[in-house]
Amino acid sequence: MNTTTANDTSELLRFATAGSVDDGKSTLIGRLLFDSKQIFEDQLEALERSSDLTGDGRINLANLTDGLRAEREQGITIDVAYRYFATPHRKFIVADAPGHVQYTRNMVTGASTANLMIVLVDARQGIIQQTRRHAYIAALLRIPHLVLCVNKMDLVGYSEKVFSRISTEFTAFATRLDIRDIAFIPVSALNGDNIVEPSTHMPWHKGPPLLRHLEEVYIASDRNLTDARFPVQYIIRPYSDEHHDFRGYAGQLAGGVFRVGDPVVALPSGRASRITGIHTFDGPREVAYAPMSVTLLLADDVDISRGDLLVRPDNLPTLGQDLEADLCWMSERPLQLNGKYALKHATRNTRAIVRLLRHRMNIDTLEPEAAPTLALNDIGRVRLTTLAPLAYDSYRRNRQTGGFILVDEATNETVAAGLIVDPPQVAPQAASDGGYAI
Amino acid sequence: MDTYALSHLEALEAEAIHILREVVAEFQRPVLLFSGGKDSICMLRLAEKAFRPARFPFPLLHIDTGHNFPELLDFRDHRAAELGEKLIVRTVEDALAKGIARATPGESSRNRLQTPTLLAALEEFKFDAALGGARRDEEKARAKERVFSFRDAFGQWDPKNQRPELWNLYNARINPGEHMRVFPLSNWTELDIWQYILREKLDIPSIYFAHRREVVRRDGQWLPVSPLLQPKPREEVRTLDVRVRTIGDISCTGCIESAARNVADIITEIAAARVTERGSRADDKRSETAMEDRKREGYF
Repeated sequence: MNTTTANDTSELLRFATAGSVDDGKSTLIGRLLFDSKQIFEDQLEALERSSDLTGDGRINLANLTDGLRAEREQGITIDVAYRYFATPHRKFIVADAPGHVQYTRNMVTGASTANLMIVLVDARQGIIQQTRRHAYIAALLRIPHLVLCVNKMDLVGYSEKVFSRISTEFTAFATRLDIRDIAFIPVSALNGDNIVEPSTHMPWHKGPPLLRHLEEVYIASDRNLTDARFPVQYIIRPYSDEHHDFRGYAGQLAGGVFRVGDPVVALPSGRASRITGIHTFDGPREVAYAPMSVTLLLADDVDISRGDLLVRPDNLPTLGQDLEADLCWMSERPLQLNGKYALKHATRNTRAIVRLLRHRMNIDTLEPEAAPTLALNDIGRVRLTTLAPLAYDSYRRNRQTGGFILVDEATNETVAAGLIVDPPQVAPQAASDGGYAI
Repeated sequence: MDTYALSHLEALEAEAIHILREVVAEFQRPVLLFSGGKDSICMLRLAEKAFRPARFPFPLLHIDTGHNFPELLDFRDHRAAELGEKLIVRTVEDALAKGIARATPGESSRNRLQTPTLLAALEEFKFDAALGGARRDEEKARAKERVFSFRDAFGQWDPKNQRPELWNLYNARINPGEHMRVFPLSNWTELDIWQYILREKLDIPSIYFAHRREVVRRDGQWLPVSPLLQPKPREEVRTLDVRVRTIGDISCTGCIESAARNVADIITEIAAARVTERGSRADDKRSETAMEDRKREGYF
């Protein structure tokens, strides 16, 4: 098999990159693609044409990822660009997100599905406020793995001292965040040091180069296989003679494992049933696990519709209409307290009122502070009430059943990403059993 | 022992099925764009996986340029009939006759004319969501496009003002007259498509495999000689073993020299390829931002 080819049993790793405008983020991705031979001759020709225009004669790897006209004109990255490459071990989806504060919302978008985030710093500048902001967002969005790439090592004489000073400083900062796994790699994206091959300039670095780290970082335990969660997405009813009685609940598992024979409860109604079959186009299955898309068949003809959550009775989520959540505000129009928004959580569409803004996070100090509202790119803790009861987990427990979006009902704009937090400890007896009893 | 792990193809498949079902659950009148090309062939298989044993909850729509490889149309009709699903065809020819589309003097390809034809078809049937097989690895502007890509009342895409797209929560809200383009294959690459075709044993039109054809060298590519494309004096004309990597208007679809006789051969060939898939499409070579400019106007 060709060395740049994933075979069809390889794992998928989604990673996001963050860095400020001049940290060389696009160059780093360009380098990963270039050195893993994912750049093609016609792309190279197009690059050569465009670098002729800028006149410096050097191929600009950043132009591979900065695709929009405005981005090329301004020399910056505006929106998340998705890139794909593969090695024999893994297939990679790269969300190349802009790093500047004004594009925080795009970074949150790119980071929301990532298993890993690469935070880039310029070796000459070390940890800056933006680095802290990016690490905070990675922690907030529960990205399990973080790689701090200290870039432009060529400009500091490949100094081990510079690298360890930056690593130590970042470690001290990161202890205040909840990040499971952090790796440090000194690189020069421009020259390719420690990207694909170990750098000959930095023999003191004992860890793997970036690509090998991406290939080997252990991601199998990142998924939540404990809490069985099945948001009902769509009801399949063929209405044909052949499948007269077929009624299937289609959806993608948001967590855990379901087996034929398992008892289930539909929330919010609390109706109980049992799985009699797991239907797929490829035939019946005995077991389904996240993130499979399947169709469940149930023993009883119960009233279950889109938006309901099927769970196991011995492992229940929280059910309620009052949520505590962190909101990443993504709209130019600030949060309207007591205003109504459309809310989408898993497969349920409902409405919500944001009752209270507890605080806004100062991302530079990591301290909460009082604020009248949330503006574009602000992150803050709110209390909100939903029109219909939601069955949810905290975001730290499950990204699918703990995340939601708010939509402006007038403009249809997505205005916020919501991350449900455990409620303040007002009802301690409710915490251990999920707070719901049938 | 089951490790409860999905391979990358299985993960991509699960994601695409989720997107297809989300469209059907959230929109009133969706439609699936089906050209008979390899990506839309995968889309049909994914639709089977998402909705069987029921019928598809949407019709299929083909925007026919009239400049086709005949093999493609035969395949299109055969596949739709085999699945027992409804196929709607709207033609550029007809759109030209009705004045919906207007030809640009000097431009032989009809890819650009698909845009007004498509927009007119969406309006005719009041479709509010169009499922397409476009992939982000095809082109730089597509790399930045959302899975649920909003189109205003003029069918236009505004790349600088896209809705944030978080987790797998897709904002499907639109006002009357607006519509959504939805791309379930966003995260698939050309190689993923071929691996999926192999895994699913999907039939594909014969022109994807190596065959002998008369081609003419133009702008660094081998273009098929057809009634629509005749060699000019002094152009190099050869008969070669070729195949197509991507299919568009026959007058601008480049052929590559190939000996690939089956899907496994194609996978080997693509894994070693040094030119991108769209490197064989003359319409993308007009400028650095050719695709972005066409997409802004409503191209798929």
